[in-house]
Amino acid sequence: MSARKAIFARLKRTLDEVHNPTVRISGADQRIREANANIIPARGQTEGPARAAMFVSEAEAADAEVMRLAALADVPRFVHDILIQAGASQIKAAPHPQLQDLDWTGVGIHYGRGENSDHIGLSVALAGVAETGTLVLASGPQSPTTLNFLPDVHVVVLEEENIAANYEAVWATLRAQKTEGPVMPRTVNWITGPSRTADIEQTLLLGAHGPRKLIILLIDGKNP
Amino acid sequence: MTHEPHCHDFQKGAADALNNDQLQELLNRTLKNGFQKKRLNGMARLPEYDQLRDQARDLKNHILDHLDAYLERFELEVQKAGGHMHWAEDGDQARAIIGDICKKVGAKTVTKGKSMIAEEIDLNDYLAEQGIEPIETDLGEYIIQLRNELPSHIIAPAFHLSKNQVAETFREHHQHLDADRSLEEPTTLLNEARKELRDRFLKADVGITGANFLVAETGTAMIVTNEGNGDLTQCLPPVHIALTSIDKVVPTLEDATLLLRLLARTATGQEQSVYNTFFTGPKREGDLDGPDEFHIVLLDNGRTELLGSEFRDILRCIRCGACINHCPVYGVTSGHAYGWVYPGPMGSVLTPFFVGIEEAHLLPSASTFCGRCQDVCPVRIPLPDLLRNWRNRAFAVGKPGGAQRLALKVWAMLAQRPGLYHVTARFKIWAMKSLAGKRGHFKWFIGAGGWTKARDLPAPQGGTFQSRYQKGER
Ligand code: SF4
Repeated sequence: MSARKAIFARLKRTLDEVHNPTVRISGADQRIREANANIIPARGQTEGPARAAMFVSEAEAADAEVMRLAALADVPRFVHDILIQAGASQIKAAPHPQLQDLDWTGVGIHYGRGENSDHIGLSVALAGVAETGTLVLASGPQSPTTLNFLPDVHVVVLEEENIAANYEAVWATLRAQKTEGPVMPRTVNWITGPSRTADIEQTLLLGAHGPRKLIILLIDGKNP
Repeated sequence: MTHEPHCHDFQKGAADALNNDQLQELLNRTLKNGFQKKRLNGMARLPEYDQLRDQARDLKNHILDHLDAYLERFELEVQKAGGHMHWAEDGDQARAIIGDICKKVGAKTVTKGKSMIAEEIDLNDYLAEQGIEPIETDLGEYIIQLRNELPSHIIAPAFHLSKNQVAETFREHHQHLDADRSLEEPTTLLNEARKELRDRFLKADVGITGANFLVAETGTAMIVTNEGNGDLTQCLPPVHIALTSIDKVVPTLEDATLLLRLLARTATGQEQSVYNTFFTGPKREGDLDGPDEFHIVLLDNGRTELLGSEFRDILRCIRCGACINHCPVYGVTSGHAYGWVYPGPMGSVLTPFFVGIEEAHLLPSASTFCGRCQDVCPVRIPLPDLLRNWRNRAFAVGKPGGAQRLALKVWAMLAQRPGLYHVTARFKIWAMKSLAGKRGHFKWFIGAGGWTKARDLPAPQGGTFQSRYQKGER
């Protein structure tokens, strides 16, 4: 008997004592179909400016740096300053139209996946999650995952209107976006602050294997 | 290293730990002044914490009642996303499956994210025998791999080592580097490891990670890390294998989210771990990176039997480590005394199952039944009850382990309540006598501030212990 068959046979024997197979399958199907949220804590239910404020304070508490920009068009100027500060001459950016459409005159920018030689990487976040100051990045041709982990400094563009109050809202967005194929992109990264470890005598050190620094460029929401 | 269980040596391991001042200091720093405080702080920031725990317990129970249905759905979705599913009844099968995948692509080196399942099935040894070099990438796991040791804790595998020991280890194993370099600072050690491992990440032929949760709805597996090591293991090599077990499946992304709101907070007091990485199938069309092949190796290794046993509740465990962090026995013995992969209360429930109660009969007795493990467990596993079930089974096979049990109870009680020593002198004498064994000597006793090392005193022959106690105190 194959391992699979044997495992399922044993499961069936035990589980049949509680529910019959039909009930099990319909119970599981129903839970998946409904995909109900569980308890969402109060801190995950912020609205308006309070939401962005919570995102910023939580991200900063997790050692991320947050810079607030008035418009997307300001991104090259901030990146220019970040490069100067880091003593770097170029940035590796995700081939994202929102970045490619900007005016990069005077800034050394290359597009592509992350390489070991990339000191600074630039990505666009799918969303932010206010309750914990978490960035959500979804892999795809416009967002290579390697950029999130290989560079020493990771710069991420996040638009304020893409800050969700909680994680569940981001799952809903992903489900709504998808018309065919798998709901989930190949990789979804929740990123909360820069890489760290406490494995040596419990001393907290930033920059274990991933970025030593996480800089979030938060683009202000459109004012009505 | 090979994980030949040596759980029957618990007493000796415990005694060694008690005599190791450095270890006692690190235990105190890591647990009492570390994880325990951090968890309290984390809880204070989430008023709904206890409600989430109830919901997490109910969710896990629902999953266990519908386990085959969720596993079938998970499999279907993995395959739809272009991934390969493999089922393994035991460690032998899982190792062979992984070995075959590696050989098919001619793998020379394999990077590994932290995986307790890989420890459970001794994967590294097997890979090495096949001529494939396994490289642990979690800093703590990397250090203990170099030292050929077992993890001492499921989420802080090398906490038992001082930075000087880490430095010595690096000097011994990084011989290509300048022998006179300074390794005083923890940062220097980290940077050295980062550099060494970066190269390995880039050159690895296969990446193997565990999985914290498997999402049936979408065929997604996910890992939680702070370092970013599992994530590099997952996105760089051309082949990614997630080695995991059947108890990790959850229905939906929302359900994974519920457990993720609890996991980091309970483990380390963090609002969220730095990286929560969800992966679904291999590289997609147009992707610039990601593995060409994606495999899930799903291990049973007796879990289907646990499901039908009086130990079923342990299958709710999400491996947060809180029960370990709060256990007064683990707090003085550390992890290696438990003699196998999983230490502390959760380990004392799991280990007898994997290695047999004859070998591990002392572990269910390595408990004071103080109940703290159950109090802190995010999925409310009644750990003391499960330990009692094992004690009954141990009794049934003629391994009651009672003396040690009582001795440990006294140890831990006294360690926690130093003001009680007048009242309990008799118990202390008894405890020390039973721990001293045949030789009639003991090398440790309980001091006012916890466990205090003393000179090698003869075990008291009776009478009051107080005078000896005072003489022995530093
Ligand atoms: S038994 Fe509970 S407290 Fe212990 S590791 Fe598992 S989930 Fe955490």
